[in-house]
Amino acid sequence: MAKPVIEMKDIEKHFGQIIALAGVSLEVVPGECHCLLGDNGAGKSTFIKTMSGVHKPTKGEILLDGAPLSFDTPRDAIDAGIATVYQDLAMIPLMSISRNFFMGNEPLVGRGPIKFFNHELANEVTMAEMRKMGISLRGPDQAVGTLSGGERQTVAIARAVYFGARVLILDEPTSALGVRQTSNVLATIDKVRKKGVAVVFITHNVRHAMAVGDRFTVLNRGKTLGTAPKGEITSEELQDMMAGGQELATLEGSLSGTV
Amino acid sequence: MSDPATVVSGDERVKTTSPLRKALLRPELGAIFGTVVVFAMFALLASNSGMFSAAGILNWSTVSAQFAIIAVGACLLMIAGEFDLSIGSMIGFAGMSIALLAVTFGWPMWAAILVTFAICLAIGALNGFIVVKTGLPSFIVTLALLFILRGFTIFVPQTLERKTIIGGIREAADGDWLASLFGGKVLTPLFSWMGDNGWIEVYDRGVNAGKPIVDGVPALIVWALVLVVFAHVLLTRTRFGNWIFASGGDARAASYVGVPVNRVKILMFVFTAFCATVLATCQVMEFGSAGADRGVLKEFEAIISVVIGGALLTGGYGSIIGAGLGALIFGVVQQGLFFAGVESSLFRVFLGLILLLAVVLNTYIRRLITGER
Repeated sequence: MAKPVIEMKDIEKHFGQIIALAGVSLEVVPGECHCLLGDNGAGKSTFIKTMSGVHKPTKGEILLDGAPLSFDTPRDAIDAGIATVYQDLAMIPLMSISRNFFMGNEPLVGRGPIKFFNHELANEVTMAEMRKMGISLRGPDQAVGTLSGGERQTVAIARAVYFGARVLILDEPTSALGVRQTSNVLATIDKVRKKGVAVVFITHNVRHAMAVGDRFTVLNRGKTLGTAPKGEITSEELQDMMAGGQELATLEGSLSGTV
Repeated sequence: MSDPATVVSGDERVKTTSPLRKALLRPELGAIFGTVVVFAMFALLASNSGMFSAAGILNWSTVSAQFAIIAVGACLLMIAGEFDLSIGSMIGFAGMSIALLAVTFGWPMWAAILVTFAICLAIGALNGFIVVKTGLPSFIVTLALLFILRGFTIFVPQTLERKTIIGGIREAADGDWLASLFGGKVLTPLFSWMGDNGWIEVYDRGVNAGKPIVDGVPALIVWALVLVVFAHVLLTRTRFGNWIFASGGDARAASYVGVPVNRVKILMFVFTAFCATVLATCQVMEFGSAGADRGVLKEFEAIISVVIGGALLTGGYGSIIGAGLGALIFGVVQQGLFFAGVESSLFRVFLGLILLLAVVLNTYIRRLITGER
């Protein structure tokens, strides 16, 4: 297997008395989609926030290309090529798509100390990148609020990839979406993976994970329960591990496999 | 997965928009419409009153410029997602500071102005710092500053001078290079030339006979125009402008992609304080005195202008051109009712009605643009 881009080793995160993460390990290689599964409260959000520089780990190591590093701000993580697309915080609905696309990375034009936002370039790039992702826009100045949830996720993913993300963390990108929008987002993940980007796909939906995942790591009560490659684990096993085994197995009987 | 090319060729769910509709659908559309209505109304009601003579135009454009100067600051701050209720108190405070430093302490006027600006910008930064660090609503933080600043503005001159109106500014400012930036007039030769040619009214008797009644454009109006142009370019054409929108639109989303949200917000509080101090300095130069009650309720006038101009109270959306037009509407209505001979207390009724209409119209326009539901 290729060398991992990023390795998280025994990450622990404590908030006062609460141990949110009690030793989580994960590694992602370029071109793979690594699914991180876990039920609500398992520590998924805390873990990816540690990975993207929002939180500092209490203990543990983050290795990028084998070298240890520590992030002070989300900006540091972005500069290191780690981009995160948050479920509901991906885009600002009141702003235009091109303004959103280049938010924090505005292209500039002009000489000397006075530089202007290069709207022409921004609009052109936005239209081209959206076309690649299969979204047709009325115009780059269309507000993000006019897009559907799936399209917003796609814009955010396209933005991260355009700005050179090597590791793309997707925080429950499909959990609020309809069937069709979900398949669009999953198709986008597939495209991004084929470009050689390492994708970390956080979800609690086993079917979505099975659709695109290459490897699966399950998180339960702040700990990793192990990692399994595709084909060596079934969705039932994943489901059981996420729920902590017992209760769901009995529940599943009465619900006849619909969970 | 279908071929991307076929997906791109057209989405039947996206309605096509005509270029006209697109050109019309702007945040400031409501304000443009309002401006047309207000001017049309007064052209009918007050056309014979001298409202549209040179002196009349100077009258309402000066009042509008006062609103515009503070509206520009309030607008950028509101788009960045914050409020400043201390604008009015800041105007009183800044004016009093200039008067005390220049008259009571006898400093040169330029030094009094510069130090006052430094103090006021620092207070603006303090406003921003408290809001950003505590995470409290700026409404509450700046409300506290509203009282604190007003209190000092009354207390200090009373203690030092045993009065709350300090005069003698004009004498102190005479010949001062910096004071002339705030109290002077520009284009005076143009106006005497227009007077000589009989295009504008001139005095027909007295010592000023032959001189035009309106002899130049007050610095106040120049400041208003410069600030509107500066803020509009900053907001729409620069990287920082994008950060202002982003900070107000969703501070967390913005900071996750690396926008320095706190810095943007603090700077906008400083800019609002700057605008308030500019207005205070112009007023002090014009009146020749500073009063402890100057600027009362100005914060609301600024916010009203901004909201008429199409900005969203909760931030992330708005237009400087709109705020400027909002200030113009405000000034024209206030002075126009006077020209039209309408009972002055009715001004508030008109203002309330305009505010309500503008907000309803702006909400509708905004929904069309942003797809809000």
